[in-house]
This record gives sequence, structure tokens and C-alpha cells, in this order.
Amino acid sequence: MNGILSYAAYVPFWRLDRKAIGDALGASAGKGTRAVASHDEDTTSMGVEAGRAALRGVTTGPEALYFATAVPGYLDKTNATAIHAALALPGSAMAVDMVGSIRSGVGALRAALDAPRPTLAVLSDVRTGLPGGGDERDGGDAAVAFLCGPGDAGVPVLAEPVAWASATAEFLERWRVPGEPASRQWEERFGEHAYVPLAQAAITEGLTRAGVAPGGLHRVIVAGPHGRANKRVAGGLGAKPDAIADDLAGSTGNTGTAHAGLMLADALDTAAPDQLILVVSLADGCDVTIWKTTAALASRRAAKPVSSQLAGGGKVSYATFLTWRGFLDREPPRRPDPEPPAAPPSFRAEDWKFGFTGSRCEACGARHLPPQRVCVKCHAIDRMKPERLADVPATIATFTVDRLAYSLSPPVVAAVIDFEGGGRYQCELTDVDPAAVQIGDRVEMTFRRLYTANGVHNYFWKARPIR
Amino acid sequence: MRYSGVSYHGENIRPGIEGGKYMASNGIRDRVAIVGMGCTQFGERWDKSVNDLLVDATKDALASAGIELPMVDAFWLGTLFSGQSGLTLSRPLKIDYKPVSRLENYCATGSEAFRNACYAVASGAYDVAMAIGVEKLKDSGISGLPGLAAPSDGTKAPLTAPASFSLLAPAYSKKYGVEKDQLKEVMTRIAWKNHKNGALNPRAQFRKEVPKETIACSPLVAGSLGIFDCSGVSDGSAAAIVVRAEDAHRYTDRPLYVKALSFVAGPANGPMDPDYDYTTFQEVVVSAADAYAQAGIKDARAELAMAEVHDCFTPTELILMEDLGFSARGTAWKDVLAGTFDLEGELAVNPDGGLKSFGHPIGASGLRMLFECWLQLRGEAGKRQIASVGRGRSLALTHNLGGAPGECVSFVSVVGSQPSK
Repeated sequence: MNGILSYAAYVPFWRLDRKAIGDALGASAGKGTRAVASHDEDTTSMGVEAGRAALRGVTTGPEALYFATAVPGYLDKTNATAIHAALALPGSAMAVDMVGSIRSGVGALRAALDAPRPTLAVLSDVRTGLPGGGDERDGGDAAVAFLCGPGDAGVPVLAEPVAWASATAEFLERWRVPGEPASRQWEERFGEHAYVPLAQAAITEGLTRAGVAPGGLHRVIVAGPHGRANKRVAGGLGAKPDAIADDLAGSTGNTGTAHAGLMLADALDTAAPDQLILVVSLADGCDVTIWKTTAALASRRAAKPVSSQLAGGGKVSYATFLTWRGFLDREPPRRPDPEPPAAPPSFRAEDWKFGFTGSRCEACGARHLPPQRVCVKCHAIDRMKPERLADVPATIATFTVDRLAYSLSPPVVAAVIDFEGGGRYQCELTDVDPAAVQIGDRVEMTFRRLYTANGVHNYFWKARPIR
Repeated sequence: MRYSGVSYHGENIRPGIEGGKYMASNGIRDRVAIVGMGCTQFGERWDKSVNDLLVDATKDALASAGIELPMVDAFWLGTLFSGQSGLTLSRPLKIDYKPVSRLENYCATGSEAFRNACYAVASGAYDVAMAIGVEKLKDSGISGLPGLAAPSDGTKAPLTAPASFSLLAPAYSKKYGVEKDQLKEVMTRIAWKNHKNGALNPRAQFRKEVPKETIACSPLVAGSLGIFDCSGVSDGSAAAIVVRAEDAHRYTDRPLYVKALSFVAGPANGPMDPDYDYTTFQEVVVSAADAYAQAGIKDARAELAMAEVHDCFTPTELILMEDLGFSARGTAWKDVLAGTFDLEGELAVNPDGGLKSFGHPIGASGLRMLFECWLQLRGEAGKRQIASVGRGRSLALTHNLGGAPGECVSFVSVVGSQPSK
């Protein structure tokens, strides 16, 4: 059976202070912050960021990719293929979506564990709700990725599932008709009524299969869209109080499809070897997994722990948040509407557009972004080999703040960046304060949805400050 | 055959910026003359269509040369957005079965129409040719320039023109140790000077002096560029009639002789090559050297009566002063502040107000620059007449570029009122 070989979470840079909601709407909106995907992010782009981090430095490549989200960028068209392309996975690796519902997150992870091949599960969500509502306030945006496989000496298992159990039932607790900006919910106490017995059944079964008493659990994670049921279940299962994990409600908010995975990543960031972690997901039933960490975990944790990502972040105003999520339709500049990318050029340029793969001249070594056939330095023709620069850091050579260019979130900050080891590219900066940019700042590439035009998402790369 | 540099026979040609040295550029010095020019009022011409502007500029040019339309043998029409094919010109003018070429080369489109018309006459293929440029930007309803995008993979950074050119300012500041505020003062003075010149020009889009404080405090568009650091988005048209030099005096006793025409497209390496530092347009350096060689100019600042340069944004004009050899590297900012390029200065630059206040209808601008040379070298510039022409300076330069720093096309011409001795 597969275990977790590597993992990484991606929490977007921006935070909305709940107090800002309350101030704007003249109501109480609670404490803390929620994580906010930027205007140029969606579940696919955040999935790429989590996937890149999970695969960085890992020699075992996934042979399949499962992408789970309640909010897919596209219907009909697979979203996992864009992630597959941005991660530069081989064409022989299958990439499929498990989309539309929150439970697909734990489903994708379990399917990756069940798979007879190394498989990457990517869980991602952008939670919205109508202005002033609980979902807007309590939701959050994040992605998490787990590379699952049997493990070997080079890429050992970090945590293995020792038992799992499920309880499934059909009931109308939370739902959304496709195309609607927010989900609907039945009366809150009804959800608690439906979830708690399912959780009790699945948890009891899981603990029995693992041969573990609740008191023997080192960490207990309960995640799901129903906050009240989560709390009831976590508090009632008999675990040591200090084993109950922070549900991140005060920092990221509830990240839906990604949340059980996000909390697991957070637990793995600090867990010691041979610890038992119970993950309970309450979404249209209950899915329980009991994990046991291995000795390999300590030296192979995620490079950017969840806690460090939560510690950073920039404040976004409520008006900006509403604009980014499409609830506030702002006056556009008097500029031409952006053109959607065309399918044939995008197809021809897949390695460049999605993989950020340029070329290196074999005659003189000069790097080129985008890939060229004729060398800009020595003019050699067709002596190029592809070279991916997605993970190469760069330095800002010069930059400008463009107040005329179209953007959902003006102004556009553009920079000319020079890559370590050669190569220059002119691109947009993101997750940045326009007033703070300096020549010489170090940046890294990040996969983004630049804009959507005529129903086509334009995915490509931007640079962001290295933090 | 004259090469701009040494012969390339038997040598390994080194690519890159040295490549221009190996261009065989023979020039057509004094073989073609301008005998008539026309230029419409530039500006927000809500009252005029593309057809109207073309007819108006053509009428002016024909009248100036003292000829009728049927006497023109061939036409070159430059426009970026405002029409395609020769029919854009032949339809409104009812040209009877003559060759009409429509071309574009970004913001150097008007100059490119002129260059091709000159070559056609110099070759002997035609006796009389007309170059005309037109642009109607104000019908689009948007700010700045409309998009030109062919279907693409959507990966090119969507920088606007002011943003692209704003990259010059911090790079220049850093390289030459000019404080940001000082550079803003330099940029402001360029805009102030060009507005001051434009105030004397009845055809200009903006005919008012603008106080330096207003320019310096104008709303930011991109980087340190305020709205007053940007050229005017404008409608307009300009035209020139050219003939072989030996025929010129049949049309006018004061023709302008074409001394040099140079046009280069760069390898567009700037956005790709870390060695490019955003303080120069190499394309301009190469085209200026070529033009000076064709015209026999040794010291442009001392020999020219005036220059019309592509001041699309104020930092562009600053850097052009160095690329065109008017100022030593890193010193143009001091020359600007000293008034060297003022109307009464040592070398008047953009005496007609430039793109800044005359306006920049893309396809027309290169010919509009020549129109100012036509007026100045013939002593017809009225209140803004340059004094050095009266003292015997007889050469004028036009410079026109298109694209962005590090990836542009550049045109340089030299025209003169005297044939070479």
C-alpha cells in the first residue's frame, strides 16, 4: 500500500481581516482572518503551486495526477491537465479531475493511496459566499498536494495509513447548483444531527481496525464544511484535549476541499516519528484515516510549513476582496478588453506557457525565454535544447507600475527579471506592494491565471518576491 | 559600393550590435528631392474621417508642389490601424489605376512610406511619387493605442507603451547617478519645451504652454511618467511629393534634398538579453551612424539646424539625445536642463512641438516631422523659425522609432536645402 512520500501546502498570500467585513457591513463578523486567493489565482493555479512544492527535490515522479476541487476552473474540460503541464509531468502520466464536491478531496487522497503506482493528489479550493454571510466570513482558500507511493530508500514513506473507515449517507446539508456563486445550507442543527452519528460509526470502526484507543492518538484532525458538527465530533471522541488540532478557522478559514489535507500537512510539519494522526472528514458522510508517521519525516518535511505561510501574508481590503471574487463589478479602464489565448498557439507552446520551459543555446550557453530557434547572443540556428526555469530564482533588473494596463486589480506591476545562471524575461509581478518594489529584489516564478476572456482562462507565470 | 564599416568579405561577421557595421548602405544622397508637402491639423478630429484626412493632406501637398493628382505616378501610404491595402488611399482620392502600396512599421510607419517613395523615384521607376501617412486613433474610444494582437498563446506581458518606455527612467538614473527627482525635472523640462514650441504651431494638437508644476504633478500613468510625459493620442495626416533631384526646380525653387535615409529593425534582444541595460536604443545608434555616413555628417550637433525626434515619452527624447550623438553618454540630462535643445538653443529639437504637443497619429508622424523640416529650412516656420537657418545651417534630421526599449525599429533621415557641392 502507498504512503505519503512528500507533501506541501499552498496558502495564498492575501488575508482578509474579518473585522473589515463587519466594519463595511455594519455588523459583527467575528475575529481573525481568512486566506484569500489573489485575483490571478484559482483552484487550478493554486493546485500547481502546491504540486510544485510537493515535487521539488523528489526523484520519484508521479505516474498519475488526481485533482480534487469543489470549484473547478472548467467543466467538461479537465483541469488536472493544466496542472500536469505546469508540473512538466510526462505525457504518459494520467491526469484526471474529481470535482464538484468537498468530499472529492479525501476521495482523491484515498485513490492516490490505493493506486498501484506513484500518484499525486492535489486538493484545492476557493471558498466564496454571499456578502455578509457565514461562508464568506468562515471560508478560506488553499491547496495541498500529497505524493503517494510505496516508497524506497531514496524517497521513503513519511506517513502511512494504518486504518481507514467510511460512513456514507445521502442528505441535503450543503449544496450548490452549478454556476451559482455561493452554496446553500439547511438549518445548522440538522447538519449536526446527520453528521454526528456517521462520525461516531466511522471513527469507532477506524480505531478498532487500527487497534488504537482514542487516548493513544497524538493528533486529532476533524475537518468539514459544517463547523458545529466538527467541534462536536472532535470534542466527543475521547482524545486528549491537547491532541485536538487547531482547525485554522482563525487564520485561513475553512478551505473546503483542501481543508482536511491542509490540517494534515500542518500536523506533518511538526509530528515526531511513530505518532498516530487521526483525520476525520465530515462531508456528505464521514471518512476516517489513521496515519502513522515514520522516522523519515523529520528530515523530509515540507520546505514551507503551513505555520510559516500563515505567519506571512498581506492584508486585502474588503472592497478588493469582493472585486476579486466577482461580487463587486468595478468600472474598467478605457482600454481594449484582453484577448483570450488562442488554442493552437497555446497547444504549440505548451512547454513554455504551462511549464515555463525556455531554451539554452548549445553553442554558447545563452538562455532564452521564451524558447528561440536563433540564439540572441551568437546567432547559431537550431542549436537549442529545452530548459525549464520555473524553479530558478531571478533578480529584478528594472520595473514599472503600469496604471493604464487592464487588470482586475490595477495597477499592473511589471518587471524585467534576470535569472540566476542566465536568461531574462519581462513579466508581471504579483503578491506585491507596488510601492515596495526595488531594482535588485529577488523573485521566484508562480503559476497564475492572468485573466479570463471570452470564457477562456489564460494561465501563465508571473514573478513574486521571495519571502 | 560604400559600407558603413569595413568590408565583410573574408571576415567572420560577429553578430549582435556590431552587425550593423557590415550593412552595405549606399544611400541616395541628393538624388531625390521633396517638392511639396502637406499636413493637416492634428488632434481630436471628431469632424474628420480617415478619408477626409487623406484628402486634406493630399490637397495640401499637391498645391504645395503645384501639381494635380494625375501627375503623381505612384503612392506609398503608411497607416498602422486606419485601413488596409492601397484602396485605403485610392478609394477616397479616386486614383485611376496607379500603384498604391500600404505599409506599416509601428510608429515609424510614416517614415517608412517616405523612404520607399524616395527609392522608387531614385530607381527611375517613377518620376513623381507621393508618400502619405494617416492615423485615426480617436474613433476607438479608448485611452492610448488600440491592441494589435494576432492570435497568441497569451504569454506576452501586457505592458502598455508608457509602461515599456517608463523602464528607461530608473535605468538611466541608476547608471548615471541622476537622482529620481532630478530626472523628473529633466523629463518635465522636455515636456515643457515641447509644449512651448507647440504653442507656436497652428497645426499642433496642444497649442498652449504648460507650467512646469502642472507637468510635474500630473497623474501618473506608468512608473514615473505622468500624463504630461506622454505624447498626444491624435488624428492627422501628412504627405510629401518627391521627384528626382534634377527635376526638382520644375516644381519649386526651394526643394529639400534627401541626404540620408536609414532604417533598421533590431533583433529585439532587450527583453531577453541580460546585457541590455535600458539606457539606449541600439537601433537608433546604428541607424544614426548609417545616416550620418550617407549624409557626410561628422558632428551632428554642430552641423544640423534642427532635429525632429521621436519623443513618444519624455525619457525617450532624453536618451535619443545621446543615441543620436547630440550629447555625450550620461550628459544629455545636463544639456536638457541647460536649454541646449530649446528653440533658441544650440540645436533646436522638436521645434514644432514634437509628438508631445503636435500629437502622434502613428502613420502620419514621420511625415509630420519632415513637414517641419520643410517649413524651417525654407524659412516658412513663422514665429518658431529657427535662427540658425538664417545663419546658413541647411540640414535637418528626423528620427522616428517604433516598438519598445530593447526591441524596436528606428528610422533616421537627413534632408537639406542645398545640393552637395
